Amino acid sequence: MARPEGCALVTGSSRGIGAAAALALAADGWPLRVNYRSDEEGAREVAAKIEAAGGSATVVQGDVADPSAVTSLLEPGDDGPVLVLVNNAGLRLDGLSPQIEDEQWQRVIDVNLSATFRATREALPQMLRARFGRIVNVASVVGTRANAGQANYAASKAGVIGFTKTVAVEVARRGVTVNAVAPGLIATALTEEIAGGELEKAIPARRIGTPEEAAACIRFLASEEASYVTGTTLTVDGGLSA
Amino acid sequence: MPTDVSTENVEKTIYDGLVELGTERGELSREATLEDLDIDSLDLVELAQIVEDEFGVELKGDDVKDVKTVGEVIDLVVSKSG
Repeated sequence: MARPEGCALVTGSSRGIGAAAALALAADGWPLRVNYRSDEEGAREVAAKIEAAGGSATVVQGDVADPSAVTSLLEPGDDGPVLVLVNNAGLRLDGLSPQIEDEQWQRVIDVNLSATFRATREALPQMLRARFGRIVNVASVVGTRANAGQANYAASKAGVIGFTKTVAVEVARRGVTVNAVAPGLIATALTEEIAGGELEKAIPARRIGTPEEAAACIRFLASEEASYVTGTTLTVDGGLSA
Repeated sequence: MPTDVSTENVEKTIYDGLVELGTERGELSREATLEDLDIDSLDLVELAQIVEDEFGVELKGDDVKDVKTVGEVIDLVVSKSG
């Protein structure tokens, strides 16, 4: 069966894992919606790279914590319905749990978990109609493994993993797969303060991963070849949680 | 441009949608129950999308949870458009 017409949306794709995932999916022939919240320049650079490589890309601004922005991001457009959704936009606001303020808690849950739910809810009806869809949620090894100072982040990412499994079984019979990737320490703006030193020594691979290594996992889960893989979490952490 | 939400148009769209979801056309009637037609909750999500694409009428989970027959689905869409 030919792949249906549609596009891919990667939330938070102006840099880091999201940018690498956007480039990888574009290389697989998907027209890309490159989403950013504040880094317009980064998003435009990603789109320019995609176009320079012969792909097509649209830059779309929107804060995924805003429900109406999520609705707009998922509207079917000239590039068709969103048939590949990568819920990547994320943030961390660390602190020991007795010191996490309500706002720190809520913001992390809103961006990392609630936005994943809302974007998925918005995307699924079109995917069900197309009998094809790929949803890849970016979780974290911290969703299954403790990391002091990240209780809010851990809760959001564990939530993403549970959400992924449940939605996967709901829609599996329609050719729609829902999976997660769980990156360990990857060199991005989100991890630059915590990288290096003892932490790196704890990684069996003895190095930090690259955004491209995480994006390769997303690309596989979004591919037609991964049609029988659903409800799973693919860990990409250099052996950290082995 | 959404199609005019007359009972006739809605009935046609719902019937076509149910056929697309695997129901035999000969089994369709207003009285037929969704259960007898083997239409499950996921099929209803799809049917809601078909209705929204055609008429611009949004059916939420709460709207359809008590619907049992094809006729009730048709009446619901018509009433939601008003």
